[in-house]
Amino acid sequence: MWLGKTTMPGLLKINSTLRVTEKIIEGLLWLSALITILVTIGIIWVLLSESIGFFKEVSIVEFLTEKEWTPLFANKKFGIMPLVAGTLLTTLIAIAVALPIGLTIAIYLNEYAHARMKQIVKPMLEVLATIPTVVYGFFALTVVTPFLQQFIPGLAGFNALSAGIVMGIMIIPMISSLSEDAISSVPRSLREAAYGMGSTRLQTSFGVMVPAASSGIIVSVILAISRAVGETMIVAVAAGQQPRLTMNPLVPIETITTYIVQVSMGDVPQGSLEYKTIFAAGITLFVFTFALNNLSFWIKKKYQEKYD
Amino acid sequence: MSKKHNKLEAKNLNAYYGDFHALKNINIAMDEKNVTAFIGPSGCGKSTFLRTLNRMNDYIEGFRVEGDILLDGRDIYAKDVRVDELRKEVGMVFQKPNPFPKSIFENVVYGLKIQGIKKKSILEEAAEQSLRQAALWEEVKDKLDKSALALSGGQQQRLCIARALAISPSVLLMDEPASALDPISTAKIEELIYELKNDYTIVIVTHNMQQAGRVSDYTAFFYMGELVEYNKTKSMFTSPKNERTQNYITGRFG
Amino acid sequence: MTNSELNRLKDKAFQVFGIFCTFIGLVVLAIFLIDIVVEGAKRLDWDFLTSLPSRRASKAGIMTAWVGTLWILVLTTLIALPLGVAAGVYLEEYGKKGRWANFLEINIANLAGVPSIIYGLLGLEIFVRQMRLGSSLLAGALTLSLLILPIIIVTTREAIKAVPRSIRDGSYALGASKWQTVWNQVLPASFGSILTGIILALSRAVGETAPLIVIGALAYVPFTPSSPLDEFTVLPIQIFNWTSRPQEAFLTNAAAAIIVLLLLTFLLNGIAVYLRNRQQRKVKW
Repeated sequence: MWLGKTTMPGLLKINSTLRVTEKIIEGLLWLSALITILVTIGIIWVLLSESIGFFKEVSIVEFLTEKEWTPLFANKKFGIMPLVAGTLLTTLIAIAVALPIGLTIAIYLNEYAHARMKQIVKPMLEVLATIPTVVYGFFALTVVTPFLQQFIPGLAGFNALSAGIVMGIMIIPMISSLSEDAISSVPRSLREAAYGMGSTRLQTSFGVMVPAASSGIIVSVILAISRAVGETMIVAVAAGQQPRLTMNPLVPIETITTYIVQVSMGDVPQGSLEYKTIFAAGITLFVFTFALNNLSFWIKKKYQEKYD
Repeated sequence: MSKKHNKLEAKNLNAYYGDFHALKNINIAMDEKNVTAFIGPSGCGKSTFLRTLNRMNDYIEGFRVEGDILLDGRDIYAKDVRVDELRKEVGMVFQKPNPFPKSIFENVVYGLKIQGIKKKSILEEAAEQSLRQAALWEEVKDKLDKSALALSGGQQQRLCIARALAISPSVLLMDEPASALDPISTAKIEELIYELKNDYTIVIVTHNMQQAGRVSDYTAFFYMGELVEYNKTKSMFTSPKNERTQNYITGRFG
Repeated sequence: MTNSELNRLKDKAFQVFGIFCTFIGLVVLAIFLIDIVVEGAKRLDWDFLTSLPSRRASKAGIMTAWVGTLWILVLTTLIALPLGVAAGVYLEEYGKKGRWANFLEINIANLAGVPSIIYGLLGLEIFVRQMRLGSSLLAGALTLSLLILPIIIVTTREAIKAVPRSIRDGSYALGASKWQTVWNQVLPASFGSILTGIILALSRAVGETAPLIVIGALAYVPFTPSSPLDEFTVLPIQIFNWTSRPQEAFLTNAAAAIIVLLLLTFLLNGIAVYLRNRQQRKVKW
């Protein structure tokens, strides 16, 4: 007992083992949390160590300025720009689809729809986010591309357009639900003030709610961009494997992610320059998504301070 | 009758939440097997003081104590004191009934089980004894395996008292134990307190002056972190020495 | 037309557009599901589920793929669940607020945003090469575990946070230690929500393709794996492989395999939603 007076014999002994167990458990829990740090260090270490080998053989200047990416051909060129262009093109199309639709849904659910409808529609939209991306790829290749080819004669079998559109559909729920959260956290008083002055729902939405929730909406868009940049299977299936420095959505292109998949599927020997290219491509991808994610955290933090 | 000894004592006690000076130089000694009531307007420090008596505030960031609190003459904030052992000696009942989302039986024997006591017969005996002491046995003896959350508020609070009694503490701290209950349940709790003081030293925080008058032997009046007056309840209520006490008791503020 | 009439008209127009946008995604989803079912149902039969892969589309089946997926599901659960819950408990109950906690939090948020293919590169280097596990089930499960770890940690923390202070106080007041309180009170009370989060995370892992391709999971495995160190394939990779082939018949196979994969994903999500609803109907604190 607390003074050492023992009403039950043996109790103190049990408790001292308990105390040791307690410390061991805390140590194990701490280790588990530490693993998250190790994962980050691991990612950075793996990407850096392999791509340093790459940059010993290929200059950074060539990597950033060369306009062709042909590491698997006889005439090797190592310019990342075509892959970056392909990634940006599909991302741009995806956001062009997802932003207007997602934001409209967010506004509609907040200002127009009944609470009951919101309850039903939101989880249904989230189904879109649970479908495996390879399945979206199949959809882009076998349904969307043939469908679009009826209207756009020049559309190739593999193209950025279908992949981008389907990716956009996939990230609709991301934008709609994050934006909806942002809009519904705008203080009631602001909305009531707008209605009080005789505004319509549309005027209230675009004149008051959207501007007030703008930082939250921007965060949702940045996270969506980050997601689209890192998306792999849709583009690997439907956008092609031809690195090309173009903004033409109708022709086959290749994204950073697709390139990594392409090399992984083949028989590139470990330690070769070709093998190291996937890490150089990986670190480029990582830098993009890391910057976008942290930008969104930064905006979110500022935004929270504003409302607290 | 032998003179009762000092069970709990605070000497020059100061407590802080960060920069906020919550308790100012408190000196008080409480006798064993008595009921001491802490009264005062909200924010006066009475609950803070109660929670320093079993070190419940240890988990609050930025909280610190200076001075001594003695339990049977030993400083409970001393380095070699195990907080979990202290709490087996000083039980606590909270403002809102907080039964665990488990069966009634599991609630009562929880304190014993975590001490490593597994034998069913001991647990069952302890459960019956504690529930009887808490005047709940007759109401729940046929549904010990039912969820504690299905009990009424008053029953839940008595279950929480039984739970605290099961580990046989010598002190029972009660933080406004009836404030969330209806008048009938409140009366039952008060009766129970009257019974329990035969075996336990009880410290009760209450905002209800009549309740303090009904259940306690001694009353301590706190105001703005200070212990203003401490005396036998009867004397305090009939002839308060301090003007602030008088104003509070007669309902002029608070 | 007066100004206010015009405004009201615009308002109505936007409402119609809102309904259109809300349902376009769902309509596309429906078209897609119908297309898949019509296409895949032709091929989906008992033979398809129990056949090994083949170079002839009409003979090829998904036996190795779905067995591989189940293996991955079980192994990933065994690795990610204890690790994620333990880390979540540490961060929420033990970790002191301050710079270190902030750093851990930002780090986890960052990990959640790392593209899955990057986890593939990590797994390739660490598990496949350094730890010499090869392109095995274990290497795949470890890779996917790291991928879903942030999700599990975040849901665990949220679930634990929802357990009211009074339950912890009650336990501490009875002399329970920190771990006793966590193990006996906090975890049981938040178990339902944690489980929901874990199942959602697993449904994500089941659909992942890219990281497994990168660590070298094969499209053609002529046997079903029998130990965690065996090579393997999974449903998404099989689908990817068939989708990339020019012959129409393989696309039909892919559609049939997609039906199986979607059933599994929807099943997991359905369980999670069911658990969440049941959780919400339980007694409020």
